[in-house]
Amino acid sequence: MEDKLVIRDMEFRSRLWVGTGKYKDFEETARAVEASGADVITVSVRRVNITDRKSENLLDYIDARKYKILPNTAGCYNVEDALRYSRLAREAGISDLVKLEVIGDERTLFPDTLGLLKATEILAGEGFIVFPYTNDDPIMARRLEDAGAAAVMPLGAPIGSGLGIRNPYNIRIIIETAVKIPVIVDAGVGTASDAAIAMELGCDAVLVNTGIAGARDPVAMASAMKHAVIGGRQAFLAGRIPKKLYATASSPFEGMI
Amino acid sequence: MIRRPYPGGMRFFVFMRLKVNGDTIETLNAANVRQLLCELGIEPAGVAVEVNLSIVKKSEYERVRLKEGDTVEIVNFVGGG
Repeated sequence: MEDKLVIRDMEFRSRLWVGTGKYKDFEETARAVEASGADVITVSVRRVNITDRKSENLLDYIDARKYKILPNTAGCYNVEDALRYSRLAREAGISDLVKLEVIGDERTLFPDTLGLLKATEILAGEGFIVFPYTNDDPIMARRLEDAGAAAVMPLGAPIGSGLGIRNPYNIRIIIETAVKIPVIVDAGVGTASDAAIAMELGCDAVLVNTGIAGARDPVAMASAMKHAVIGGRQAFLAGRIPKKLYATASSPFEGMI
Repeated sequence: MIRRPYPGGMRFFVFMRLKVNGDTIETLNAANVRQLLCELGIEPAGVAVEVNLSIVKKSEYERVRLKEGDTVEIVNFVGGG
């Protein structure tokens, strides 16, 4: 059986999703996205530059028909702003998808989960397919599922920190017992092994932006992330061996002289 | 509204002031959202427009008239995580 990621009625080719922020230029963004093999790309909603109409647009470089465009509400610090940006994104785009962020603190960019829950409920009620960026709290993940989230996106570590999966145990609890909807680790992935760890834990997908865009060679890192996610997923499905404190020999004892 | 003399005559152009994406602009011809986008050289595809905090659907661009002092936001997608 093919191991496809399905969320609601959408099928996904790739379990690596990528952000499009922080790249040197649009050309590099396009090459990194291509190398990542991702079919979901996140974008932000911002003012059109009305004074310089010659300025280029991200979607001049990335064929929106080839990808699922997932707009975020990054930069929103309260429910009202998050709703406003979500509704504008729906109007500007072609889908009801939104990566919902309600940020609680500037320094850590940790989510304000109370606001997030409220916004999730309202947007789900308006027909949005909501992907809330949340912390690694299993109970909050369940509340978000109950509020109508299509998937939950717990952080591995603060956005852009590259600290990896700081609480793999909570991520596992979210996956194994807290929710039935897909779990997508968002934020904190600093290098390929972090992405592999997230997938080995049983995550359905991983979203990476800074980990790729901030690498010395973003296009090469995009490819590394792609392979890490594939490898991590296969390892999860294959079922890892239990960890033991002492050795068990791999070579037979029998036949020794 | 701002009145500016019509060259060589006794008549005036009447400019309307709008706040668009935080900047005050003066326009002579943008009576509705469609005309404003046209004047600014913005393709309607891929943008969303808000007038005085209400989203204007693309099918309404012609119908929604602009008036002096309106606050307009025109947004699109940029790179983000």
